[in-house]
Amino acid sequence: MSYLDLSIEEMHEAIINGKVTPEELVKESLQRAKEYQEEYNSFVTITEKEALDEVTKIDNNDSYLYGIPCAIKDNLSTKGILTTASSNILKDYVPCFDATVVSKLKESGSISIGKTVLDELAMGGTGTTGHTGIVRNPWNKERLIGGSSAGSCAAVASGIVPFAIGSDTGDSIRKPAIYGGIVGFKPTYGRISRYGLFPFACSLDHVGCFARSVKDIAYVVDAIKGHDEKDMTSLENDNVKYSDLLDGDVKGKKMFYIKEIMDINNYEGEVDKELEEVFKNFESVKEKCRELGMEVCEESIDIRLLKAIFSTYMTISCAEATSNNSNLTGIQFGPRGEGKNIEEIMFDARTKGFSELIKRRFVLGSYVLQKENQEKLFLNAGRIRRLIVDKFNELFEKYDAFILPGSSSIAPKFQSENIDKLSNRYLLLENHMAIGNFGGMPSITIPSGKIDNMPIGICITGKAKDDLNVLNIAYALENVLGCKGQIAGKENK
Amino acid sequence: MEYDVTIGLEVHCELKSTSKVFSPSPNTYSENPNTNISVIDLGFPGILPVVNKGVIKKALTVATALNCETPEYMIFDRKNYYYPDLPKGYQITQLHHPVGINGYLDVYVEDKVKRIYIHDTHLEEDTASLDHYDKYSLIDYNRCGVPLLETVTEPCMHSIDEALAFLESLKRLFLYTDVSDAKTELGQIRCDVNVSLAPKGSKELGVKVEMKNINSFYNVKMALESEIKRQTELLNNGMEIEMETRRYDEATMQTYRMRSKEEAIDYKYFIEPNIPPIKLSYELKNEVKEALPELAFSKITRYINEYGLSLVDAKTIAKDKNIATYYENIVNKGKDPKMVSNWVTTRVLGYLSKDEITISEFNFTEDKMIELLDFIESGKISTKQAKDIFYKCIEENKTPKKVVKESGMEQITDEEEIRKIVLEVLDENSDVAKDYNPEKGRMLDFFIGQTMKKSRGKANPGVATKVLKEELLKYTNQ
Repeated sequence: MSYLDLSIEEMHEAIINGKVTPEELVKESLQRAKEYQEEYNSFVTITEKEALDEVTKIDNNDSYLYGIPCAIKDNLSTKGILTTASSNILKDYVPCFDATVVSKLKESGSISIGKTVLDELAMGGTGTTGHTGIVRNPWNKERLIGGSSAGSCAAVASGIVPFAIGSDTGDSIRKPAIYGGIVGFKPTYGRISRYGLFPFACSLDHVGCFARSVKDIAYVVDAIKGHDEKDMTSLENDNVKYSDLLDGDVKGKKMFYIKEIMDINNYEGEVDKELEEVFKNFESVKEKCRELGMEVCEESIDIRLLKAIFSTYMTISCAEATSNNSNLTGIQFGPRGEGKNIEEIMFDARTKGFSELIKRRFVLGSYVLQKENQEKLFLNAGRIRRLIVDKFNELFEKYDAFILPGSSSIAPKFQSENIDKLSNRYLLLENHMAIGNFGGMPSITIPSGKIDNMPIGICITGKAKDDLNVLNIAYALENVLGCKGQIAGKENK
Repeated sequence: MEYDVTIGLEVHCELKSTSKVFSPSPNTYSENPNTNISVIDLGFPGILPVVNKGVIKKALTVATALNCETPEYMIFDRKNYYYPDLPKGYQITQLHHPVGINGYLDVYVEDKVKRIYIHDTHLEEDTASLDHYDKYSLIDYNRCGVPLLETVTEPCMHSIDEALAFLESLKRLFLYTDVSDAKTELGQIRCDVNVSLAPKGSKELGVKVEMKNINSFYNVKMALESEIKRQTELLNNGMEIEMETRRYDEATMQTYRMRSKEEAIDYKYFIEPNIPPIKLSYELKNEVKEALPELAFSKITRYINEYGLSLVDAKTIAKDKNIATYYENIVNKGKDPKMVSNWVTTRVLGYLSKDEITISEFNFTEDKMIELLDFIESGKISTKQAKDIFYKCIEENKTPKKVVKESGMEQITDEEEIRKIVLEVLDENSDVAKDYNPEKGRMLDFFIGQTMKKSRGKANPGVATKVLKEELLKYTNQ
């Protein structure tokens, strides 16, 4: 058993008691990163030199993250370190400033050992579209890890680092966390500054993190949250330490699940063994919740609203994305294109710089923003978003949170058949996590079991600014679900 | 055939502020390209805008001065287009909820008052400036993110004079409210001009042609002249005007097509997600309103009605807020408004323009002017003397009191003092005095001349005449 396989709390104690040094941890972490790189491809850049240099400079302080290695998604700006967003158009981009979350990690004494692969520009949920190749699931190399924060998830799930930073626009932290059998959390919109996060869709983008337990998540969030003068959407400080306040006392808490999503009859013709297992697992989770003294109730929501989540998400996110990435023209950023005039030069740079998938989203985003379509498509999507958020906020008057399965299956295989994106199974079970992005709500996924030795998990989402409550429910629940601290390929602790 | 001309203006004004509208970079004019910049101005991946609160107040000040309705919240939109002067690929501006809507500005066009209706005024960020050369272009990002206030009028002006009067008045408003240096030569004011022609008396407007980015009021005039001529000729030849955007070329003084209506860009506006709505509180709006200075139009009107000034003089004084303040401070000390106006519009402004200095650099302060006017009013110096003293005061940087004293210019008005001089004169010329005949005016003139000479010109001629008459009578009666 290596110290690197322990929880952050245990690692911290080992450092304080002199059983292990930050340098030893960082070296082992780097060692694993390099060793697993060919197999899983978690990293765009392993920053060995910088990490070994940094670890000699850090001051021992009160932070639990002092000397703890971590990994950072490659769409967070890191001063002097290549930051590509896993896109060809930024393949040589070296930022001159740190994202706020990166500065805060440095202040905490955590050592980043590398920048992790994502789906190009954070658009995508498979971890297969980054410019440096696909990311594999450490539980099974034949399967994907999900995305877009693919490398960050794989790095934690495979035991390279105890935590990693990601970003979540629809479910880009939480979905891979489910497939990787670890904890994924995005707090309330504005809790963590977005300054320095390459924007995908500003109104939906969240910075968040992966770890192998809820307590570890709390330590990380404590270090990186807080008001930022550079981000007008950032919240005022809540002046609490989540890690201090997790007590697992959830007696009397009320959660709901959505009838329309958990009604197996809604999936006629789409039910397979995995879906049945997912449902069975969810039943047992509900039971465990009740054993912990929580109430879990069924609530009904207009199925049309639920089925509209995916298209609403696509409409809004593509629209914002096409605008957000308009700086990548090869004039200021990206390889200079060729052409007779400025339009041709930009056209060429963007044609070569983005993959087909990205271009498709830009076209879609551009289409919904066009004068003649905007009212019907973009603005209506905003209205549906409002309706959905209002509905959930109404329910939050009665409930502390809602709970649902994080996916309808285990991580899919790379060569699996194309998913029918109009099926109920896809629309209802695979997209509900975006509700948390629509309303900026704190949302966490924790592993809740396995099917064929592949992890599955559940998602708990609470009302905006109620981060601690969501963390505490997850904290209580993970203690009884038996998946806490798991690392792919290693025995559960 | 005769046509009704209709003109609408879009006036961009760079606001002054210590930092830019969405970034902490300094907002100062610099000749050195790319020195006042930051990652935010350059649109680096991951940057976020932070709104400059001081700039919001300035925008609100203009909106209030333009009698606009102001919104409850300040909300920004994105205007999306690809061009190298726009590093983010979008400009943060205000489309849906401008800082001011439905306003007006009253202006004097010749001697008539014309109300110019304001469609809206909105806050946005300026773009980079480009220098085009034969084979390449250079980009200077210094201007990127400089706060820009765009004021859009309704198509409500019907002559070039009206358009120019509005532009001058608006520029005055920017200077009076101290939101901008408003220097067209530094590109701090730039205009888009819309013009259409319709048959005289027609109820409907003609086809609108827009001329973009005109950099001086003179060029607005030239562009309008050229464009009105072009459209008139087209219409007279039975041709149709095409809705299009044109650019004015200074060298040829002609307008040229940039793009037609079909080629018009769809800017795909949407609400800027990175800036939450900013509440414009009642307190803030009130503060802005209270702090608003009296504007030029109101001053001109007041000078005419209360002070009896001519329109020309009133306009001349109100043209510069600091001149107006100078003028009013003197009038408020009880000096005759017309007399002060004469001094200000002729001597003061004449001197300022000759020396190319501003009133704040002028050493003949309000207090000095008041002193000088006191001397004139009390009859201690003549108007002619006052002019000499004025220039002497300026050149030697002295107070009128000092100059008057030093040069001994002060008139003697005291009867008894003059009487002493008169008696001396009479004694010295006793023969002539004895023959004094009141019927012969020339004799009196002689004595006045002698008295003035003896007093070195300081004796007040009126008093001297009176005393001389008295003493001469006594003399002849002896």
